[in-house]
Amino acid sequence: MIVADEKSLPEILDMIKDCNHILVLGCKGCVTVCNVGGLKEVQILASALRIGRKKDGRIVKVDEEILERQCDPEYVAQIKDRVQNYDGVVSLACGVGPQFLSEAYPDQHFFPAVNTKFFGGAVAHGIWEERCAGCGNCIIHNFDGLCPIARCSKSLMNGPCGGSSNGKCEIDKEILCIWDSIVRKKMASGQLNDLLKVMPIKDWRTARDGGPRKRIKEDLTK
Amino acid sequence: MSNDLKSGSNLEKVLRSGHFAFTGECGPPKGANIEHLKEKMHPLKGNVDAVNVTDNQTAVVRMSSWAASTIMVQEGIEPNFQMVCRDRNRLAMMSDILGVYVMGIRNMLCLSGDHQKFGNHPESKNVYDIDSLQLISLAKKMRDEGKFLNGEPIDVPPKIFIGAACNPFADPFEFRVYRLAKKIEAGADFVQTQCIYNMKKFREFMKMAVDMGLSEKCYILAGVTPLKSIGMAQYMAKMVPGMDVPNELIQRLKGAPKGKAAEEGIKIALEQIEEFKEMKGVSGVHLMAIEWEHRVPEIAERAGMLPRPKV
Repeated sequence: MIVADEKSLPEILDMIKDCNHILVLGCKGCVTVCNVGGLKEVQILASALRIGRKKDGRIVKVDEEILERQCDPEYVAQIKDRVQNYDGVVSLACGVGPQFLSEAYPDQHFFPAVNTKFFGGAVAHGIWEERCAGCGNCIIHNFDGLCPIARCSKSLMNGPCGGSSNGKCEIDKEILCIWDSIVRKKMASGQLNDLLKVMPIKDWRTARDGGPRKRIKEDLTK
Repeated sequence: MSNDLKSGSNLEKVLRSGHFAFTGECGPPKGANIEHLKEKMHPLKGNVDAVNVTDNQTAVVRMSSWAASTIMVQEGIEPNFQMVCRDRNRLAMMSDILGVYVMGIRNMLCLSGDHQKFGNHPESKNVYDIDSLQLISLAKKMRDEGKFLNGEPIDVPPKIFIGAACNPFADPFEFRVYRLAKKIEAGADFVQTQCIYNMKKFREFMKMAVDMGLSEKCYILAGVTPLKSIGMAQYMAKMVPGMDVPNELIQRLKGAPKGKAAEEGIKIALEQIEEFKEMKGVSGVHLMAIEWEHRVPEIAERAGMLPRPKV
């Protein structure tokens, strides 16, 4: 899923400083699962904005709502009849949400309340980690299911760099050296030979480097 | 190794003729101060076979390694131009390889590069379009096939002596010799190791490399950095990832008479060089006298490395 993180309250208050009536809009997709943009977070942010503005001596009226998904025109259309009632809409969806909203309602102002961080999952309660870089051409079967593109700080394809130390990455002792994990997994299964061939140079056209991407599933477009 | 020279560099000729090679290192200045650069490089002239010119080492921005290497050529010193994968995509790499070749540069060391998080611009975007092994194979393709990565022919291919780095002390230790083997398979003609302090571990590593026949396919130069102080030794031991400084060495420096730690550091380096001269599979020493270039003539002399062979 897409994992996001809260923006600071002062930053959001600054975004809405010219608004007197706003909508805080959550999303039931990924951001609900990673506890940043679900109904509960909508309510908390709405309260915090009311309190923050009250302290400032400028009351703001805040409505609360959540959509099934903000990355789908069908659900975005559900606020069509009331979206123009607001001076601005604060979206708690990932970066996709406020863009779909902006495209659907060009006259309205949409503000992002979260920072979209990565594709990943929860490794423990309250802890999420990156797993995928969305390069558009998955090769993890070569590395026992572990991705060096997303998880090695240098996206190395041919083994650990000289900074790998005690299973940790040179840039931060909290970051796993994924190459250490790949090598140990291959050694344990007696398949180290798999890692001895030089990996071909990657074609990045399938990644963001090839320009903004689009997926078309022909049978659904007819 | 075939009889034809791959690049005709001095370093290649020294190694090919069976001499024990001796390379040095010089970090370009943090500015366009050409006098400072010349001041740093001149003690190396005639005392080493080639000088590594670092490429924004520790991710701190400095004068570009190709420009500093070019100045070195003009000053009659042979550079070993370093290129890291952190700052260039494949287009920039190939064009820089052509550019440095035209400027008379004949050795190139292919490196991943320190992550920008360590440096003085940690906010920067990293590139890592290709990795250091793939950079080796790219340089080899350009030289031996006379082709760009896309297969198009190169009008006058760059004949470069291709180097790689090797850190026997990083983890997982068991994989390190295989990573070296991969670099050789990719096309490395010579390898310079990370600074060696743990001799026991290095002997073990070299035995594996020799047993696998790697030293027959590629020249291995052992990395030596004299410890200038107890503080430097402790910093290397604790703060530099992948560096293995045994406690005995730190104790030895501590045991030196007051004000003599640097001399003790040089003695340790000289003892190491003596051992490397005899060590099976080791073809030379790479002396990284960090910000101590002016001490290189003395170290070279005391190590019995002078005069350098004329080949």
